[in-house]
Amino acid sequence: MTAKVITVTSGKGGVGKTTATANLSAAMADSGKKVVCIDADIGLRNLDVALGLENRIVYDLVDVVEGRCRIRQAMIRDKRLPELFLIPAAQTRDKSAVSPSDMIKLCDELRADFDWIFIDSPAGIERGFRNSVAPADHIIVITNPEVAAVRDADRIIGLIEAEEKGPALLIINRIKPGMVRRGEMLSVEDILELLAVELIGMVPDDETVMINTNRGIPVILDGKSKAGQAFRNVALRLSGTQVPFMELEDQRGFIGRLKRIIRN
Amino acid sequence: MANFLDRLINRQPKSAVQAKERLKFVLIHDRSEIPPGVIDLLKDEIIEVISRRIDIDPDAVRIEMSQEGRQQRLIADIPLRPVKRRKIG
Repeated sequence: MTAKVITVTSGKGGVGKTTATANLSAAMADSGKKVVCIDADIGLRNLDVALGLENRIVYDLVDVVEGRCRIRQAMIRDKRLPELFLIPAAQTRDKSAVSPSDMIKLCDELRADFDWIFIDSPAGIERGFRNSVAPADHIIVITNPEVAAVRDADRIIGLIEAEEKGPALLIINRIKPGMVRRGEMLSVEDILELLAVELIGMVPDDETVMINTNRGIPVILDGKSKAGQAFRNVALRLSGTQVPFMELEDQRGFIGRLKRIIRN
Repeated sequence: MANFLDRLINRQPKSAVQAKERLKFVLIHDRSEIPPGVIDLLKDEIIEVISRRIDIDPDAVRIEMSQEGRQQRLIADIPLRPVKRRKIG
């Protein structure tokens, strides 16, 4: 095994980095791949709660980097997805406790034992971002269809290109198809034209994300969730499978058919 | 009701169109690291330099940033004033 390292970043906070990291990791593990995800958001640990693993943490990323424990001891194995491991961030330290070369060294040690390594980057463009990007083979930029999030995504894409880590792969998260149709939300096409990058996923705004996150369950395990399906599709595309982008608007049922008739 | 009337008269462009236009503007300046005000200064200076030698209409000059993919471009459109020909005889 030689793991590929995928970093998930965004620039702006609150657009869904941690949810995306948790679900891409879980989707890969669910398909039988061996996965470790690393929370690089030191001081603001959250990937543990997104995966429902918060009650099992003993050691963290800073403990590993500073040699207080072996890597194995800091890895928490998910009981639902036995191929999935988490290295949590330290909660009581600051970002300067880890350097980009620490991250490269850590990932190089992990590569032999895994198929995929996912890194959840903190928001911003400072140390935590550089730590997260340093070991990456591919970088996923996640954004929402709103002005500030797209602007920050563009900054991040520029920095990724300057680091020669491009081309960035874009996920547009929290799309409301009804608003897009009414012309009150940027469409996927608008955003792609502005950012001029490759799209790897479009995820609808979906209540099931909140509900599953509340419970500490990755939404990809909810068979009825559209967002879950969208994240599964991203995982498949990362693995090299061609998957068509799904229809975001619900067109089943009477109302859906009626809407479709009216539109056409 | 007000909302309905607004839509009936179609007073404003759709907000997504505005968002896109505003983003286009912001991204061009973010990427080039040229603040919007600098373009206006540049325009004044270009007009001054060119006017020394050539007769141009300052109000018709357009200096714009444009983008192709992720490439930035500075475009200057400077129409010349038609040459006034004297009538012969």
